[in-house]
Amino acid sequence: MSVKSVALPIRIRRFNPGAWRNVVAGWPLNLKIGLTMLMTIALAGIFAPVLTPYDPIIGDFQNALDPPSWEHPFGTDNVGRDVFSRVLYGARIDLQIGFIATYVPFIYGVALGAIAGYVGGWFDTLLMRLVDITIAFPFLVIIIVILAILGPGIQNMYIAVFAAGWTIYTRLARAEMLVIRQQEYILAAQALGYNRMRIIFRHAVPNLIGSSIVFSMSDFVLNILLASALSYFGIGVQPPAPEWGAIVTDGRDWLLQAWWISTLPGFAIIFTGVAASLIGDGLSKIISQRNTPVL
Amino acid sequence: MQSSTHPSPLLSIQNFTTEFRSSGGKIVANKNVSLSIDHRRILGIVGESGSGKSVLCRSILRLIPSPPAYVTEGEITFNGRNLLALSESEMQAIRGVEIGMIFQDPMTSLNPVWRIGDQITETLRVHKGMGRREAREVGIDLLRQVGIPSPDTRFDEYPHRLSGGMRQRVVIAMAMACKPKLLLADEPTTALDVTIQDQILALMLQLQEEVGMSIILVSHDMGVVAETSDTIAVMYAGQVVETAPTEAIFNRPKHPYTLGLLQSIPRIEFKVDRLVPMKGQPPNLLKLPKGCPFAERCAFASPDCIETPVALREVEPGHFSACLYPERLA
Amino acid sequence: MRLASYILSRLLQMIPVLIGITIFAFLFIQLLPGDPIQTMLGGKASPEAIEAAHQKFGLDQPLPIQYLLFLRNALQGDLGTSITQRTLVSGLIAERFVPSIFLLIYAMIIAMLLALPLSLIAARRSDRLVDHTIRISGMITISMPAFWLGLLLILLFGLTLDLFPISGWGDDFLGHIHSLFLPAVVIGLATAPVLIQSLRSSLLDTMQMDFIEAARAKGLNPNRIMIRHVLRNALIPMVTVLAVNVGWLIGGSVVVENVFSIPGIGRLLVQAVLTRDYPTIQALTLVFGILVLIVNLITDLTYAVVDPRVTYQ
Repeated sequence: MSVKSVALPIRIRRFNPGAWRNVVAGWPLNLKIGLTMLMTIALAGIFAPVLTPYDPIIGDFQNALDPPSWEHPFGTDNVGRDVFSRVLYGARIDLQIGFIATYVPFIYGVALGAIAGYVGGWFDTLLMRLVDITIAFPFLVIIIVILAILGPGIQNMYIAVFAAGWTIYTRLARAEMLVIRQQEYILAAQALGYNRMRIIFRHAVPNLIGSSIVFSMSDFVLNILLASALSYFGIGVQPPAPEWGAIVTDGRDWLLQAWWISTLPGFAIIFTGVAASLIGDGLSKIISQRNTPVL
Repeated sequence: MQSSTHPSPLLSIQNFTTEFRSSGGKIVANKNVSLSIDHRRILGIVGESGSGKSVLCRSILRLIPSPPAYVTEGEITFNGRNLLALSESEMQAIRGVEIGMIFQDPMTSLNPVWRIGDQITETLRVHKGMGRREAREVGIDLLRQVGIPSPDTRFDEYPHRLSGGMRQRVVIAMAMACKPKLLLADEPTTALDVTIQDQILALMLQLQEEVGMSIILVSHDMGVVAETSDTIAVMYAGQVVETAPTEAIFNRPKHPYTLGLLQSIPRIEFKVDRLVPMKGQPPNLLKLPKGCPFAERCAFASPDCIETPVALREVEPGHFSACLYPERLA
Repeated sequence: MRLASYILSRLLQMIPVLIGITIFAFLFIQLLPGDPIQTMLGGKASPEAIEAAHQKFGLDQPLPIQYLLFLRNALQGDLGTSITQRTLVSGLIAERFVPSIFLLIYAMIIAMLLALPLSLIAARRSDRLVDHTIRISGMITISMPAFWLGLLLILLFGLTLDLFPISGWGDDFLGHIHSLFLPAVVIGLATAPVLIQSLRSSLLDTMQMDFIEAARAKGLNPNRIMIRHVLRNALIPMVTVLAVNVGWLIGGSVVVENVFSIPGIGRLLVQAVLTRDYPTIQALTLVFGILVLIVNLITDLTYAVVDPRVTYQ
């Protein structure tokens, strides 16, 4: 048996197309499929103006409530807007919400958890109490209550998610830090006299971030579902923006006359959700492989 | 061999070969293993980890899942029936009833969420159809037999309340519940403290006397096997390289690997002038040499040892060795 | 005895969180723009009513005193008066509480009924086609927006096939079971994949344990081993998984109660937000927080009862 690689580099310093191709080839199948699906959605959103001739906001009353056809694959809604176009443009909104609502809290959630796990003491105690209190409220409930204070809208929705969505990352990062803190390489870094922030962020965080990254893919799905639920209640993204949940909600009153308005856009949400879940699955496989020694 | 009342051995293994197939290749875990054990006898199987002794032991009860394991050759005859030819449900009727098994680590071989009494009596209730009350009586008796103090209260406790030694007694009671004719013991003392080891071995010997069963004792420890066994089989790289009565193995080893094992253990009963650690590593099971697997490490080997296939031969009455040149050890 | 002191210690640990929840609920009114009294009483209130509220909430006192007054009122069951319904919020919540709890338990049962057999199959045939199919199906159902699935089921089974009512929660027990079936299925389908994922992996872990080989060596048949030994061990961690996901379940029920017009606290919350009925929102914040705390307490106790290894400390 020949040993193919001795050690995995933590960071790729110079971009090397050949090596990069090898890395991608080694990815699990579900990661590749998931990424392809997510890219498809993203490209559909970016190139929406090229892909469809219809305006997502302004409808054509002449063609209201048209059933799905070659011209309007998802039909038209009650004001004559092409539902498919709205779904394409909606990708911009929903993907943006997915990324911002997930990765902004991710950053300070992980940072706070890593610091709390490393320094311990009153900071840790106080922070964990705050986490306990935050997670005592069901996530959707606390978001709704915060929006009741701030008023509806996408900006306020971000504020609400930033206030409540960091706790899981903090708990994950803290739990991992408690283990990592005892490892020899951290002791070695301490012995070299590095300051605490350097040890936490340069030495520990790259090793504890895996579980948070895997979770972030579920969180991505949850945040898109949250945005669509808030649209349904009328306190999230405001009309006429074509957020996917909002399109589904628009069709609620036309269920019997025009089933396509509510039902078909739902598949865009499901497609995106499955893509994110597949990516999460693949990433967790990679991380568990990295942690098992090669025989 | 010595038994007069039972003409045929209780268990005999003939030419048994098992391989594990995976994408990386195939590993021959047992190769042409032939062994037998008589009624009321103890057979010790010694070897390093990876020598195939645990696979052999589990294969008797057919506990090794297939895939990845495949038996390519051989027979395991127990009480006149070839176990390898039985259906799965026929096999279930033998497991726990006619052949019991105890495992290496008593901390993990008991189900943590079952009361120990229920675990012991499960075989009685499943195989013998005993009612709860009757099974409880028998179970408490079993706990007493294996030396557990105040068995009637211990019966209702969970495993985590017992020490390692006590748990191994429970495991033994569990295997003994249906009074099997054969007990397989896979490293039963390895996970225990030295002082507890002797107690457990003594308990097994005592039960063997009382019940009149046979035991196959698998161990990496020559000392453990020497204290208990009538016959010893030495395994190396999936093969039996030597088998003989205990006394013969210790006084006149006929295989250089056995000699190496004897020289590397510190025991005052056997005359060993100094400890000699064995050189080298066991061979890669993925590609075994055509000839003797021990040849690479053997001090007595000649070039033909690597090329010539080896098999057990009777080198003196009742003493079998797979060495081409057993006389070189004298 | 030991169990009693364990319960007591768990209750004591809950106190800081409980205080945090009440502070958040209390601050809710303070954080709103405008005069708290106006907020509490709604648009047009008589000068007498405003004076009475000043007395009751101690608005001329410093904040900590106001908080203590709020606590005292809450402990006496006085959660204020609904602006829109003109009745006591406590009574409003009390009558809306039962349908919500009914729906939650119903949904949890459906989720478990789906998760148990599917995870057993997935674990037994792990990495085979069935396993992958179950996992992908889970990814699909968990990605379905609850209101979208609700609308779909209403369209299909309510409006088209006319098998289930599309709103309300029925008049008697059987009526509840019938009316809440579709809503419970919606929540159950969203929850089941989470349960399947963790039950499958804990089944697989348990199947690798030495005591399972010991059970095989005892000659037990595979079904008995799977149910009596593997499942029994693997189910214990599920208690925690259910509790961790109770927030997710409640979130689902808030949506579903609105889709199916179920008179529960989730619907009450959304209506209160839409009508700016702030006293009701404040009271519901408290109720939801305490509900989750109670579920967590029940979980810990269940765990202590079902897992003999837990020692109460």
